[in-house]
Amino acid sequence: MSSPRQASAPTASKTSVHSSPAPIYTEFHPRWYRPPISTYWWLGKWAYVKFILRELSSVAVAWTVALTLYQISALVRGPAAYSRFADRMSSPVMIAVNVVAFAFLLLHSITWFNLAPKAMVVRVGGRRVPGLLISGPQFLAWIAASAIIIAIVVMWR
Amino acid sequence: MAQTITLHVARYSPERDTEPYLQPYEVPLKEEWVILDALNYIKDKLDGTLTFRWSCRMGICGSCGYTVNNEPKLGCAAFLTQYAPGPIKIEPLRNFPVVRDLVVEVSEFLEKLKKVKPWLIHEDGNEAGEYLQTPDQLEEFRQYSMCINCLLCYAACPIAGLDPVFIGPAALALAHRYNKDSRDQGSAERMAVLSHPEGIWGCTFVGECTKVCPKHVDPAGAIQQYKLTAAIEGMKQFLMPWGQR
Amino acid sequence: MVNRETEPIYWTLFSAGGVVAALFLPVHLFLFGLAAPLGLIRTPAYSSMLQLLHSPITRLYLFVLCSLPLFHFAHRFRYTLYDGLQIKHLNEVVFACCYGLAIAGTMAAGYLLLKL
Repeated sequence: MSSPRQASAPTASKTSVHSSPAPIYTEFHPRWYRPPISTYWWLGKWAYVKFILRELSSVAVAWTVALTLYQISALVRGPAAYSRFADRMSSPVMIAVNVVAFAFLLLHSITWFNLAPKAMVVRVGGRRVPGLLISGPQFLAWIAASAIIIAIVVMWR
Repeated sequence: MAQTITLHVARYSPERDTEPYLQPYEVPLKEEWVILDALNYIKDKLDGTLTFRWSCRMGICGSCGYTVNNEPKLGCAAFLTQYAPGPIKIEPLRNFPVVRDLVVEVSEFLEKLKKVKPWLIHEDGNEAGEYLQTPDQLEEFRQYSMCINCLLCYAACPIAGLDPVFIGPAALALAHRYNKDSRDQGSAERMAVLSHPEGIWGCTFVGECTKVCPKHVDPAGAIQQYKLTAAIEGMKQFLMPWGQR
Repeated sequence: MVNRETEPIYWTLFSAGGVVAALFLPVHLFLFGLAAPLGLIRTPAYSSMLQLLHSPITRLYLFVLCSLPLFHFAHRFRYTLYDGLQIKHLNEVVFACCYGLAIAGTMAAGYLLLKL
């Protein structure tokens, strides 16, 4: 609702401060009040803000893919290009952006695995498997996958 | 405990006003009173012109949905003491046209509900006599059958507000309830309405509908489950279009 | 482009991309965007990196890593623009931009990984 005005105690007077000049309605159909939705609707509730942040994490996803493509393209173009890539990644602005992007990626992963059990109803012996048993293994898979990638990158010579 | 609490209730008369305004009323603060008791006190003792819907006063008819302090709530389920010392702001349910005071127009929802065919569809018609159903089969859809059509989920869903043609959480959950019912054979019939940009694909899994549901129906879960079903169906039709018509 | 026959496909791409992004993108950004530039880890020398990338498994992995998450982004960002900015009337434009980006990225990934 757009900001409603406060009134004092109810008056019986017909000339209320809220009168419009003449009633404007179709016979037998009252004039409905339909407020437009503001562009900032999502600021109204913390739950909506969390939702929009979760959705914006997709930008961090695209950003990380772009960086990976940049990295691969630098590898293709030669050692000089790759060292330029490494320098660009070390710039303070880039680090700051990547810290924010990393936070959003973590938000994506955590919300993704937490929401996964909602879409899948697994029934064993007539009883529904609790959500934690579905998201738990996915979190473990995330940790395992990350460990493998770290191991490869750190140990490859 | 204080003796009274102030309620700021939205008033709107289509014949007089161009937009709603809040009117303050002071009601007794009794431990066992809910919002509905306070509204009825106002109507009986303070201002007979206040208009609002209510019926069973025990959370089964779904009539008394209002926006209480910016949250969709059933008037019969929210105790005054929860909001003490107040004031409490009571407005009509969001995302619906306001007819008068706290009364909203729900005919659009009823049209959407009809579209999803929320009844048993069986090739025998309903003439074949009794169906047999095991407790496990009942459990598959029991949760989604608890819906009382109170529309709190529509008030909480941002998509229902932004997109008036979105079929919405309650209707989609009820369609899922019938799809999951072992006595029903109408899944294919409902698919065209459900697997549609105005149906499940309009949902972006905000999850507020499940949070505000007073009967724990979990419409968000129902919709996500159906997205998976519809996606598998869609891929089957895309990859193997023969014999699926 | 956006109708009831095609929506399940976009949602499936979105889901697959979401899983790949959730499992693998954080560690990639951590390693090459934060840890290596900050000197926390030592990455392989250029020639070893190139050698690692020559394996067809690595190339397939990187292709999936750089294509599916872009389709996840396309679907999600398309809906964020609808709901956040309420620009449903620019339906076709938004769709073209989002999925155009995803397709461009996929083609770039394919081209680069074949060139290695």
